[in-house]
Amino acid sequence: MPRFLIHRATIALLVAITVSIIGFTLLRLSGDLASALAGDTATPAQIAQTAHLYGLDRPLYIQYLDWVWKALHGDLGRSLFTNEPVTFLIGQRIGVTAQLSIMSLTFALLIAIPLGVLAATRPNSWIDRLALSLSIFGQAMPNFWFGLILIIVFGVTLRWLPISGTDHFSNFIMPTVTLGTSVMPAIMRLTRTGMLDALDSDYIRTARAKGLSTGSVLFKHALRNAILPVVSLTAVSLGFLLGGSVIVESVFALNGIGFLAFQSILRTDFPVVQSIVVFVSFCYILLTLVSDLINAYLDPRIRLG
Amino acid sequence: MTSIERDRIIISSPAPTYDLEAPSPRAVMRRRALTHPGFLFGATIMLATVLIAVFAPLLTPYDPYAQDLSQRLIPPVWVAKGTWVHLFGTDAMGRDYLTRLMYGARISLTIGFGAATIAGVIGTSLGLIGGYFGGKVDAVVMYLVNVKLALPGILVALSLIEVFGGSVFSVTLILGVLFWDRFIVVTRSVTQQTRVADYVAAAEAVGASRLRIILGEVLPNVLNHIIVIASLEMAVAILVEAALSFLGLGIRPPTPSWGLMISEGRNFMFFQPYLVAVPGIAIFILVIAINMLGDGIRDITAPEGRN
Amino acid sequence: MTEARDEVLRVEGLSVGIDVPAGMLRAVTDVDLHVARGETLCIVGESGCGKTMTSLGIMGLLPRRARLSARRLTLEGRDLLTLSDKQRAALRGDRMAMIFQDPMTSLNPVYTIGNQMEEIYLRHGKGNHRQAREHAEYLLNKVGISAATSRLAQYPHQLSGGLRQRAMIAMTLMCDPTLIIADEPTTALDVTIQAQILHLLADLQHEYRMALILITHDLGVVARMADRVVVMYAGQVVETGTAKEIFAAPRHPYTRGLLDCIPIPGKTVRGAQLGSIPGLVPSLIGPIAGCQFGNRCPQAFADCAAAAVPLRETAPGRTDRCLLTAPLHPQRLSQSLGAAE
Repeated sequence: MPRFLIHRATIALLVAITVSIIGFTLLRLSGDLASALAGDTATPAQIAQTAHLYGLDRPLYIQYLDWVWKALHGDLGRSLFTNEPVTFLIGQRIGVTAQLSIMSLTFALLIAIPLGVLAATRPNSWIDRLALSLSIFGQAMPNFWFGLILIIVFGVTLRWLPISGTDHFSNFIMPTVTLGTSVMPAIMRLTRTGMLDALDSDYIRTARAKGLSTGSVLFKHALRNAILPVVSLTAVSLGFLLGGSVIVESVFALNGIGFLAFQSILRTDFPVVQSIVVFVSFCYILLTLVSDLINAYLDPRIRLG
Repeated sequence: MTSIERDRIIISSPAPTYDLEAPSPRAVMRRRALTHPGFLFGATIMLATVLIAVFAPLLTPYDPYAQDLSQRLIPPVWVAKGTWVHLFGTDAMGRDYLTRLMYGARISLTIGFGAATIAGVIGTSLGLIGGYFGGKVDAVVMYLVNVKLALPGILVALSLIEVFGGSVFSVTLILGVLFWDRFIVVTRSVTQQTRVADYVAAAEAVGASRLRIILGEVLPNVLNHIIVIASLEMAVAILVEAALSFLGLGIRPPTPSWGLMISEGRNFMFFQPYLVAVPGIAIFILVIAINMLGDGIRDITAPEGRN
Repeated sequence: MTEARDEVLRVEGLSVGIDVPAGMLRAVTDVDLHVARGETLCIVGESGCGKTMTSLGIMGLLPRRARLSARRLTLEGRDLLTLSDKQRAALRGDRMAMIFQDPMTSLNPVYTIGNQMEEIYLRHGKGNHRQAREHAEYLLNKVGISAATSRLAQYPHQLSGGLRQRAMIAMTLMCDPTLIIADEPTTALDVTIQAQILHLLADLQHEYRMALILITHDLGVVARMADRVVVMYAGQVVETGTAKEIFAAPRHPYTRGLLDCIPIPGKTVRGAQLGSIPGLVPSLIGPIAGCQFGNRCPQAFADCAAAAVPLRETAPGRTDRCLLTAPLHPQRLSQSLGAAE
C-alpha cells in the first residue's frame, strides 16, 4: 500500500501545480488586467501606472512564481477592493461555507442512505418509486430556483424561517435543504444500485444459508460492500459542495467564500479569485486522497493486494 | 431453455420451433420505444419544446423585447386580475411573459445542445485515445481528467464569462469546455473493454490502421453510451446556464434566458411569485424530459441490466 | 430400506413454481426424495432441470417470486412446512447446510475467513468467541488447510480456489449439521483439485455420518460419490435408483442418453462415436402435455404425447417415468420383438 499511496500523492501534487497555474491565469485571460482595473476613463499613463503598482508589467511566469513563493509563506496578497489580506478574508468566510457544506452533505446522507437501502430491499414497491421520484426531482430542480421557492413559502408566506443572515442556526435550514437536495440523488442511486448488486450476490446467498438474521445479512454483509463507492462519492461531493456553494450563498445572502469569489470576479479582484479557486481545488484534491485512503482501508482487496 | 438464478429468470425460447421470422433488432427497438413511458414522455416534451422554439414567431404575436411600461406586472390568466390577452402575464418591463418563455426555449435548447456536443467531442476523443492506447498516453489523459475535476466548475465558468462576455456563443463554448468528464470516463472504460475483444484483435491482425479500428470497431460500441450521456450533460448545461444567468454572469439582458427571467423577477417575487415560478417550472420540466429521454434511450438500446 | 431413525430428510411432492409474466413456470414438479445418515444422494441433470431449485426449496432459500408446495418436507422428523421464516432460519446453518458452486463469489470479500466461520457458530448459540475460534481452527485443519491460525485472519481473495472451497466446507461443518447439500461443489475448480475435494467430502461423511446431497451434471462425480441417484429433467424426477443400478441398467431414455454421451470404461467401445441428445428442453410454462422428454426421445411413440407420464416404482427405491418400462406394454412388446435390444 505505501507504493500505491506515493503514486497517488505524486499525481495529486502534479494536478495541484497545474490547477494553481490555471487558477492564476483565469482572470488574466482577458489580456489586459491593468486596463480593467484602471477603469474605462484611464489614460495610457494611468494604465501603465496601475500595471506597475500591481506588478502586472512583469513577465507572467515571474508573477506566478512570486505569487507561489509568497503563498508558501502564508501571504496570498491583498484584496484590491478592501485591501485586506486574502488569507484573512478567506478565514473569515470559510466557516460559513464549511458549515453549509457539511450540513448539506449530512442532510443528503441522512435521506439518501436509508432510502437507498429501503428501495433496494423492496424493489418496485412504493418506497422504491418514491426514492426514484425524489432522485429525478432533486436532479432536475434548478437549485437557485428551489431556494427562492423555499424563501417564498417558508420565509414569507408561512414566516417560519429567516430569509437571510448567518447569525443563527435556523438561517442555515433552507440553504441546507436547497443544497442537500442537489447532492442527494446521486448518493441515493449509488446506494440503491450498490445494495441491489450486493443483495443479488452469491455471498448473500451464503449468508442466508447460514441462517443469519435479516439485519445481519442486510447491514453486516450487504451494506458493508455496497457502501464502498458511496464513501468515495461522499468525499468527492464535499469537494464539489465547497466549490458549488456560490449559487446558494447568493440566494440566501450567506457570507461564504463562494459568494466572496463571485463578488471578486465581478470586481476583477484577481488576488482573491485566484486564491479561492486554488484553495477550493486543493481541498478537493485532498478530499479525493482521503477518500482513496478510506477506500483502501475498507476494502481488504486493495489494502492487502 | 430456461435458466433460473435467484430473482432473475431468463427465458430464451419457449418452444423448440425455429423462428425464421424473428423480428429485426430495429423492429424490437421500435416496439420497446413505443411502450416505454419515460421515453415517450421525454420525447414528447422535447419535440414540443423544439417546435415551440422554432415556430415561436408564428405562435405568438408579441415581440419578446418590446417593452410597454403601461402593461407591466400583469398577473397570469389563472390569478385574479389576469387577462387572456397576456396568458402568462407580463414582467416588470411590460413584456409578454409567455412570449419570452417561448423565445427562451431557443436559448436553453441551443446552449444545452451546443455545450453537450462540444463536451461530447472533447470527452469522447480523449476517452477513445486514452482507452485505446493505454500506457503513458492514458496517464496523460487521466491527468487531464483529474485537473478538470479538481477545478471548481462554477467558479471557473463565472471567471471565463467575466473575461469573454456573456453571448450565447461564448456561454455555449465555455460550458462545453467544462463538462466533458462523464464522457471521458465512460468512453475510456468502454474503449478499454472493447480493446481486448477478439474482433479488435482480428482487425489488428489483418493490418487495419489504428484510426480505422478506433472509428470502425470501437466507436460504434461507444455510441450508445455517448447518446445517453449527451442527454444528461445537455440537462446539466441547461441548469448551469440558468444558474449563471441568474447570478448575472451568464446570458445578458434583454435576451430572454429562463435563468435571467428568474433573476429579473426576483425583486418582485413576494407579490408576483409567478415571475419566478413560471420560468423555473419550465426549466424543471425540460430537464426532467431530457433525463427521461436519456434513460429511455439507454433502456431501449441496452436493456441487459433490466429484469 | 432405510431405518426411520436414520432418515434425515424426506421430501414428498415438492413443487416450485415461479411467477413470470407469461404465466407460472414449473421449475420443479412433484419431486420425491429422501436421504439417510451417512448416505450420499446425487441429483443429476442438465442446467435448468430444477435440481438447484429443489435444493433451495429444501433449504428455504427460494427467491421472492417462487412458490413452494409439498406434501411432506421433514428434516430429522421435524416438519419444515409448518415453520415460520424465523424458525427456518434457525435451522439453516445448524441442522442443514449448503455448499455452493463458486467459492470466490460465495464468500464475502470484506470479512476474514475466521469471521465468516465464527459467525455461524455464534449465531446459533454454540459457544463464545474463543470457542468459536478454536472450533474454526480445528475444522480448517480437518479439511486439510495447514497454518490454520494464520488462514483464519486472511481474506477470501488471499486463498487459492481449492483452499477456498475447503474453507467453505469447513464453514458448513461448524455446527455439525445432519444434512449437507452441495450444489456443484467442484465445477468451478481445476480438474486436479476436483478429485481432492470429492475425496475430502467422502472422508468427512465417513467420519461425521451426515446425509449428503450432491447436485451435479457430471456423471463422473456421480460414479465416484453416489450411493443413490435421482435423475431430473425439465423439473421432474425421471429416474431413481442406486448408483450401480443406474449405471448398469438405465431405464429412462434420458438417462441412457446421458450415459451415451460420456465414455465409460468397460462399456464404451473404442472408436465408437459418442452420443448426443438432439433437441431442446420444452417450455416449462403451462400444463404438462405428455412426456417432457418426448420431443427428443429416439423411442417416442403416440402415447407418449397423450398424457403426462406418471413416476412408477418398479422395485424398492427404483423408479422411472417412462411408458416403455411398463410391463406388458404393447409398444414395448412390439419393440423387443421387432428389434434387438
